[in-house]
Amino acid sequence: MSDAILEISHFTFQYNAQAAPTLRDINLTVRRGEKVLIAGPSGCGKSTLIHAINGLIPSSYHGKMEGSCKVAGKETREQSIFEISRHVGTVLQDLDGQFIGLTVGEDIAFALENDCVETGEMRRRVAETAARVGIDSHLRHAPNELSGGQKQRVSLAGVMVDNVELLLFDEPLANLDPATGKQAIELIEEIRQQSGAAVIIVEHRLEDVLWRDVDRIVLLRDGRILADAPPDELLSSPLLRDNGIREPLYLTALRYAGVEITPDMAPRSIRTVELSGERQRKLRQWVQDTPQPRRACGGQELLRAENVEFTYPSGRKALQGVSLSVKKGELLAIVGCNGAGKSTFAKVVCGFETPQEGRILFRGEDMASLSIKERADRIGYVMQNPNQMISQTRIFDEVALGLRTRQVPEEEIKTRVEETLRICGLWPFRKWPVSALSFGQKKRVTIASILVLEPEIIILDEPTAGQDYRHYTDIMEFLTELNRRGITVVMITHDMHLILEYADRAVAFSGGEIIADDTAAHILTNGSVIERASLKETSLYDLALRCGIADATGFVQHFIDYEREVARK
Amino acid sequence: MTNIFHYIDRPSPIHALTGATKLICVLLWSFAAMLTYDTRLLAFMPLLSLGLFALSKIRVKDVSFMLGFTAAFMVLNNLTVFAISPQHGVTVYGSRHLVFASLGEMGRYTLTWEQLLYHANLILKYLSTIPIILLFVCTTDPSEFAASLNRVGVKYSVAYSVALALRYIPDIQLEYHEISQAQQARGIEMSKKEPLHKRLKSASAILIPLILSSMDRIETIANAMELRGFGKKKKRSWYMARPFTSRDCLAVGLGAALLLASLVLTQVNGSRYYNPFA
Repeated sequence: MSDAILEISHFTFQYNAQAAPTLRDINLTVRRGEKVLIAGPSGCGKSTLIHAINGLIPSSYHGKMEGSCKVAGKETREQSIFEISRHVGTVLQDLDGQFIGLTVGEDIAFALENDCVETGEMRRRVAETAARVGIDSHLRHAPNELSGGQKQRVSLAGVMVDNVELLLFDEPLANLDPATGKQAIELIEEIRQQSGAAVIIVEHRLEDVLWRDVDRIVLLRDGRILADAPPDELLSSPLLRDNGIREPLYLTALRYAGVEITPDMAPRSIRTVELSGERQRKLRQWVQDTPQPRRACGGQELLRAENVEFTYPSGRKALQGVSLSVKKGELLAIVGCNGAGKSTFAKVVCGFETPQEGRILFRGEDMASLSIKERADRIGYVMQNPNQMISQTRIFDEVALGLRTRQVPEEEIKTRVEETLRICGLWPFRKWPVSALSFGQKKRVTIASILVLEPEIIILDEPTAGQDYRHYTDIMEFLTELNRRGITVVMITHDMHLILEYADRAVAFSGGEIIADDTAAHILTNGSVIERASLKETSLYDLALRCGIADATGFVQHFIDYEREVARK
Repeated sequence: MTNIFHYIDRPSPIHALTGATKLICVLLWSFAAMLTYDTRLLAFMPLLSLGLFALSKIRVKDVSFMLGFTAAFMVLNNLTVFAISPQHGVTVYGSRHLVFASLGEMGRYTLTWEQLLYHANLILKYLSTIPIILLFVCTTDPSEFAASLNRVGVKYSVAYSVALALRYIPDIQLEYHEISQAQQARGIEMSKKEPLHKRLKSASAILIPLILSSMDRIETIANAMELRGFGKKKKRSWYMARPFTSRDCLAVGLGAALLLASLVLTQVNGSRYYNPFA
């Protein structure tokens, strides 16, 4: 086959440090201009497969290779990584880490510089490529002046400047807010059509990628390919669900309503899915049949922010007139795009930053005079990346750290740490070194290290970022369990599913102000809030409209309740 | 905090020089100032740099912090020299003229003209070197810096690592700030009230996470660079490189002339000092 850009057959790879192969007997062919989505749970071998395609295996990662992996008709092991990079462009997941140049222009030019392209020619090509991805007006900007979506455009331009034939995206949506993620998927499709390059997207957020058509979905599990089929076929089988991939929400709703999903109804997108009269009727019936449970949430007020204003020393106004009340036992989500003020608000509450105006009350008491440490006894803060918090080598010591600095007697520390480890499901690992834990387990350790201080509120920054469906569910079920034990949970997040499935209430920030404070169903069906907070409409909303259900918000609420009350039990 | 280079983008003839030219000039200039103690040349150089400052449109208030810092350091340096060896000037110039001759000898700290001249030289040395370095820092686009280093003969891998440091230092500063806030919430104190061993322990609670996350970052950068062909060829070109113009030649010529003057004066004077007392 001459039009194949990538041909992998019977490929097996085992890292030198590993006891078993990470990839086993992989067979995959991608033709020029094709678009393939590779999905699979964490640890399925996705990253290894990417490395095998872009040549980092065997150039940087060493191990035992069997079978064949050909890029542009030539074995990767017979080419240098530089030859392979002429054909394959990789956009990595870490938007900051891969930004090499000091400015946008330099970063896009990086590959050309290494190729010794003469400066005038280089400037022309950089300008041309920047225009193709729509970043041409920012050529002199530094990375800290760009949004996540803009950084991704720069990375894309940086590999496209070489006119590659295969574009490889490693979890392109992981660090983007929902609205930007949608634009990214649109941009990828646009570039594919313009350039004729083949595209491989590795991502577990299936519904978001399917916003634009893909030719095939490849399901990877434990280093093997379980399925390689068109989306319509795969979405009709239970394979995705069984292997830790979340199916699109509109399909979940249809299944709940008793509609059977078949390939001929084109389930790949909410726009294509065929909804005959019978199916619409079933859905409307479902909404009426299951009774709507009522949840009472009227706890005592714990935290109250009154007219908080904050301006950074640089002059950037980050919060204006922010007033918010958090009640005991709530599970609250704070949403909004980067720079909207969510994180600054958390910092102000924790005392990391001092607001110029307004006050923050805890149980009616002004916290202005409390130190960071004293506030931490009431409000715990968990950072997004657990590696940024962990400083001890043993789990026990890590969790005990906060107690030791508070001069708690060692006897008491032992009881409290052990109890916390039990609650957090870390008891079996208590003797392990922290370095042996997975990302999700480390996250639990950081939550445990905060919980042990017995705060009444815990604030988590992006608790589910970069986690697959199973780990996401683990973490969220764990937080819900803590919430049931009476701990108030505030989450700063971009994750639409989290808001929909777990939050009692969502507060949307935009431009340093709170623009909405309502139930998740109301927020996620309100067009203007969605736009200003950089969210996107849930497909459930479109489903309701297409089935002639007038009260779309009520439908979304019904879905949420059904999930919580029926499906999850 | 955005950058350790305090680049001020304000079009001027100095900004128009390539980074490499400015780097070469600063090097030549600094050698010239370091070699000589000739008061005449040392007095001329600050005047010249003042003129260059005017040409560059960099205002005093743009660099006031660094100037203040330098001034304080300069005063301290002079006081120390005087306290430790108040008769150093006498040794250097080989003569001894009292400033207050009518008062006669006043022991170890008798003020001599020789000592005063020596101090004047010290002060002038500061004034000759610091402003020109500030000028370089303020008028050189950090993006051009790596290209300049490479141009003056530094290997491109080394030059690029300087560029990378400039690129990532702000990120790492930000990360340090965030980690230290989160650790403070857990009760890690960094205040000076704590005894040293406790402070070291606290510092490790911030530095270890910082180092570990920097290691992750390094792996990503290394992969990203390799995937985009870094190290493919023996040479590389630079997006920010600019061609040499006659203006650049003139500037380098001026720098070279200064160094030459410094060398010639040392030859003529027979030592690094100009001795008006001889």
